[in-house]
Amino acid sequence: MPMTQDEIFQKVKETLVEALGVDEEEVTPQATLTSDLGAESIDFLDIVFRLEKSFNIKIPPGDLFPDNLLNNPEYVVNGKLTPAGLAKLKESTPHLDFSNFEKDPDVSKMPELFKVETIVKYVSKKVNG
Amino acid sequence: MRWIWIDRFLEFKPGHSAKAIKNVSLAEEHLHDHWEDFPVMPTSLICEGMAQTAGILVGQARDFKEKVVLAKISKAEFSELVLPGDQLTYHAELQTITPQAASTHGTVYRNGQIIGTVDLMFSHVDQNMAGLKFPKENFVFTGQFLRLLAGFVEARAQ
Repeated sequence: MPMTQDEIFQKVKETLVEALGVDEEEVTPQATLTSDLGAESIDFLDIVFRLEKSFNIKIPPGDLFPDNLLNNPEYVVNGKLTPAGLAKLKESTPHLDFSNFEKDPDVSKMPELFKVETIVKYVSKKVNG
Repeated sequence: MRWIWIDRFLEFKPGHSAKAIKNVSLAEEHLHDHWEDFPVMPTSLICEGMAQTAGILVGQARDFKEKVVLAKISKAEFSELVLPGDQLTYHAELQTITPQAASTHGTVYRNGQIIGTVDLMFSHVDQNMAGLKFPKENFVFTGQFLRLLAGFVEARAQ
């Protein structure tokens, strides 16, 4: 039986409360993982490990959060993603909402792309197909 | 003083779990500062003992080719104090390991009784997302640590 969006959200919320030590009330769909919930780079891996366990799914490297994109000089010039970099990012992480980011693809703003609802959307596709 | 906070492995199951002991002694300088009138093993050093037990478990799982560093204390809870004369046992289980990182679950015993939990995350630093470079030699797993594994697994620094 497919899981409802609310069931997925509740489970994602539990995962983030445990991984980031935040209060339940702080975990809203629009909350960003870094600015609002204080996630650091290692926390992204922790979140992936916990989601895999809690939903019994496999998350390949770079599938939920982009991987090694910023190390490639072809994709980043003067602190901004190049059109090729943006295209690669869109292709590898289609669950992210790029509508604001693509107007000014400054890499320092990339963390703002990762919201709680991003994870819910990704997991939903994984568990419900 | 040597930065080694486990005395001996009791058990080592490659890629699965490890159990190490640490005898707490009044001969250790740090206990006299923590505190002078009431020496107590600092919980931060209990975390370090678990990190060494679990870190060696993680390192061995990749044949000590990766530089394994403690990246996150996901959980650390203790219900009792540990005093001179007590024996600590660290039981670490490998939960997840990927090319970039690993997570472990740890149980702390004092004289055979469970007194705490220490869950950790380790990073394989050469695989870091920022692309930072580190020295070629494995500065994490020196001979001192590897000697602890003698009799359990064959371990050589890379």
